[in-house]
Parts: sequence; structure tokens; C-alpha cells
Amino acid sequence: MVLERSRTGVIPGVASAPDGALDEPRPAADTIPDPAGAVSVALAQFYPRLGDVAANLAAHLTTIAGAAATGAGLVVFPELSLTGYFLKDQVPEVALRIDSPEVGALRDASRDGGIDIVAGLILESDRHRFYNAALYFSGGELVHVHRKVYLPTYGLFDEQRYVAPGERFRAFDAPLGGGTERRWRAGILICEDLWHPSAAALLARQGVDLIICPSASPGRGVLQGDAVGTASSYDVMTRTYAQLFTTYLLYCNRSGFEDGVGFWGGSRVVDPVGSVVAEIHGAQESVLFHSLERTAVRRARVAYPLLRDERNDVNDAETDRIRRRRARG
Amino acid sequence: MSTTPRPIASDADALAVDAGFVIELLRGFIADGVRKVGFERVIVGLSGGVDSSLVTALAVSSLGAGNVVALFMPYRSSDPQSRIDALAVCDSLGISAQIVDITPEVDAYFERFPDADRTRRGNKMARERMSILYDHSMAERALVLGTSNKTELLLGYGTLFGDMASALNPIGDLYKTQVYALARALGLPHSVLTKPPSADLWVGQSDEDELGMRYAVVDQVLHLLVDERRSRAEVIALGFDAADVDAIVARVRGSQYKRRPPVIAKLSNRTIDREFRYPRDWGR
Repeated sequence: MVLERSRTGVIPGVASAPDGALDEPRPAADTIPDPAGAVSVALAQFYPRLGDVAANLAAHLTTIAGAAATGAGLVVFPELSLTGYFLKDQVPEVALRIDSPEVGALRDASRDGGIDIVAGLILESDRHRFYNAALYFSGGELVHVHRKVYLPTYGLFDEQRYVAPGERFRAFDAPLGGGTERRWRAGILICEDLWHPSAAALLARQGVDLIICPSASPGRGVLQGDAVGTASSYDVMTRTYAQLFTTYLLYCNRSGFEDGVGFWGGSRVVDPVGSVVAEIHGAQESVLFHSLERTAVRRARVAYPLLRDERNDVNDAETDRIRRRRARG
Repeated sequence: MSTTPRPIASDADALAVDAGFVIELLRGFIADGVRKVGFERVIVGLSGGVDSSLVTALAVSSLGAGNVVALFMPYRSSDPQSRIDALAVCDSLGISAQIVDITPEVDAYFERFPDADRTRRGNKMARERMSILYDHSMAERALVLGTSNKTELLLGYGTLFGDMASALNPIGDLYKTQVYALARALGLPHSVLTKPPSADLWVGQSDEDELGMRYAVVDQVLHLLVDERRSRAEVIALGFDAADVDAIVARVRGSQYKRRPPVIAKLSNRTIDREFRYPRDWGR
């Protein structure tokens, strides 16, 4: 089976991507296409070793092989899964270029396992800027790069001190391992990106069926239990976005502790009507599997044609008016 | 002593703790923090008070009784009840306490400085205990757990390089009233939960007498000031005594130095902790 490859899968601005790799057709996949367009995805609630890229890459490759063996079409790792989160001055020390052997290993793993991969890293540009990024690999290609746009620099966060902000929210065609005939359109939001509804709205406007959110969310305000801690904010956001934008939402948070800060896990799959259909209860390292169904997207949009009714013209006109007014000062 | 403030529903709730959830998190915190640095065991200075008893219980719950060393270090003037309670805690947790009497070395020292007041003597005892804990830490290959709670740390009600020292502190983000809630949830002995809090550095010492306020009040005020970032005026408007609030604010500011590493004279371009910033878990 050869999937049609849209040029929208090409990543603008990734000058050092291997020649033409992004435009080549996918190799035939062994998996039999599911007529309903169902595809199994895996969320790897992983505990990266802080600053140890080699150990984390090895753990990724093991998990990827395991997920591939179950027939999953996609495995998602948390934010900064190759490096850990509170890196501070280690940022330039653990940064990887897009043409690094480590990125190459993930690219190869996506081909060898016939499974798509989302992994997080510090990405260094040719201009030596460092980004908190998530990469989407499929069939031996790097299909999409998302550089985190919203870098929290408040409370226990200090991201703008260390990394540069991304400047785009782009949807892309996600082959999901090639196991499904239907195209899935996906977008990635990293952790704090989710706290800005305009980001999810921009992806929805580009027609996504799937929002992938790798996260490194530290537990805080947890004294009264997960029901009123950080988890409750993510519970609301993930269900709300999935429901309002009638998309699947994959939330993959991490596990473990860094400098006494515990990451609360709670990775989950939310379906296009906003129901949590699979979830890891707790912060333990675990891999969550769930089968995404095209028919669920269809049913949601039949029942709630919100995207059809979305008044982008009104949104644009009002945005223009606000911009003009601001420009006049 | 302070006047009783008007009941503030929101803040009484704010100090409530989901004990099961927090205990689970702290068990993970201890196990992770200990193993990450290549240890399997911990050591706790167990006084028989609620803070060190809770830390010991959390450690046993996290690592198992065989991996927790409890050191009871009395001075000749220590309240006899402290020993009874410390041993009761150990009994209930299935561990045995090692007892190191600090009287000989403390008395020997103050024979040379007989005019030292009781604060100096109390500080010396606290530092003597921590010195012994770190020595046993090496001997037992056991990491030192801290037992200072958030109330003490914010008020500076502790001895620098004494009881404030540790490698890992599981309860430093819990106010005293929250420590009691967890201790109750873990079923610590009744006496530990009900006796008046005391550093037990001299006969009859009482935390609440020394602070001039009840923990129930102090914790609510600290929570409003620190966690909710309310202003002094807002806290007073909520019904707390202005003198109490001012005393608390002064103590928190005045003890800031105790919560920070020593000040380093800035000379190079990359001074430790100012521009040289690595996580403590660097390479772990």
C-alpha cells in the first residue's frame, strides 16, 4: 500500500532535513487497512533520565518496538522525552540537530517498526537557537516539527530563559503507521500551548481530527488531591477542546520526579465528543493503548456540526477590525 | 496569645489535605530521591514529635522497615515522654531505634563556655544531632531525611545547619496542621498526635509559647500571605489580629537567610547559582 503523500507534510524551514526525504512515497506497510479507519495508538507515560539523551533514546527504541509489536500505528512520548524537563543550563548540552544520529535513530525506528512516533527534544537550529520541540516520524521520514510556542515563565517555570519560542501551529497529514486508508489530519500542541485556546482553534481551522499533546506537567496545588490540582485543569482543557473541536485529543504526560517536583501522569485519550475513553490513573510509568476510530469522528460531526458552522469569516473580520483599531493606537 | 479570628471557611478548607493522595506522592518522592543518588536507605532523627514521626512513617511506607534507620538522640533534660513516644512510633512501624545520648559531648563543650544562654545550648544540641546524623549516614549508607515543616521553615523556627539540614525533606511544603492530618491518616500513636508541639531543647519549652501564637492561626496566616499572596491588609481584614500578622511577616522576612544558600561574592561571569544553573538532579 502506498499512501498519497501531501506536500503539506513537508516542514517549512527545516533546511537541514535529508534531501527529498519528506517527499518520498511511503514504503508499503504490512498492516491490513482497517475499513473503518480504526488505528491503535500508544501513549508512553515515560520517566526520562534528566539530561541523559543516550539512555532515553535507548528506552524510546525499546518502547517503540514494543508498541509496534502490538500493531499500534502511533506511539507518543511526553514533552522533552529525550532530555527530561528541568534542564536549566543543560539545554545547549543536550540539544540535538535535526540531522543528528539520535533523530536519525527515531526516523529509522519509524520505518523499521512501521509505527509513527512523536518524541520530544531540545532542537538546535542552524542559527543556534534552541527550541522545545516535538517531532513526528513516519515510515522513515520526519513528517512534522512543532516548536513549542507558549513557553511558561512563571511560577516554577523558566522556559523563556533557556529556549526560543516557536512561531507556528500547523496541521499535517498523519499516516498513523499506514494502517488506515483514511487520512488523519493532526496537529501538535506541547503542554503550555494547550492553555491558549487560540492554538487549538488554529489547528481546528486547519481540519485536524487529532490533537497530540505531549506534556511535562508538574503536580502542584495537589494537597487536596488530584481533583483540584493541576490535573483538573488538564481534565477540563482536554475534554473541552476535544468536544468543541470534535477531534480526538491524545494527552501524554510524563512520570517521575526532578528536583523534588513530581510529574502527575494521567495520560489520556479523549474522543471527539469529549469523553475520556482511555486513561492512566496515576503517575506510574505505563503505556496506554487505544484504538482511534474514524467513525467516531464522523458520528461526532454528524451530531455536532460545530466546525461546519464555524464563522471564520466573522472571526477574520472581527480580528481585522481589532488589529486596525490597535494599529491606529 | 492571639485573639481567635473569625472563622474563615475558605481558608480552613484551604489547609485541608487529601491525605491518601499526598502520602502516595511523598512515598514516590522519597523512593525516587533516595535511589536516584545511589542509596537504598534513609536515616531520620526521631524525636518523638509529630514531624519526625511522620517522616519516619513515610519512609517506612516508601522503602520498607529494613531500609529506615531511626536515631533517637536525647539530652539529659529531654522530656521522658519523648523517649516513650519515639519508641512507640518505632514499635508501630516495626523498626528499632538506635539511641545516641548527646549529653556527654554537649556538657563537655559547655564546660568550656559555662555562660552560654539556653538558645546557644539549644542550637548546639540541634547541630550536635545533625552532626551525628550525617556521621551515621555515612556509616549506614543512609540518606538523611529532613523533618522541618513549612511553618517552621517560613518562620525560621529552626537551627541553621542543625535540624534544618537534610538531603531530602518530604514535609517542607506541609504546614504544621497538615503534618498532623497526615500523621493521623498514617495512624501514628495517640500521644504523638495530642501532646503540645515542642523542640524539647529545654524543660517546658513549647513552640506555641515561643511563637506567641497557635499553629492553627499561624498556618492560616502563612497560607494567606504565602500561598494566596494576600496583602497584610487583606489578611487583617479577614479577621486576624494585626499584631500577629505583623509578627509573622517580620519573622518570615527576618529568616529568609536561613532558607537560602550562603551568599557568594560576585566576581566571575558565571557564579554558582547565579549564572551557573543546573538542577540538583544533574546527571541523576
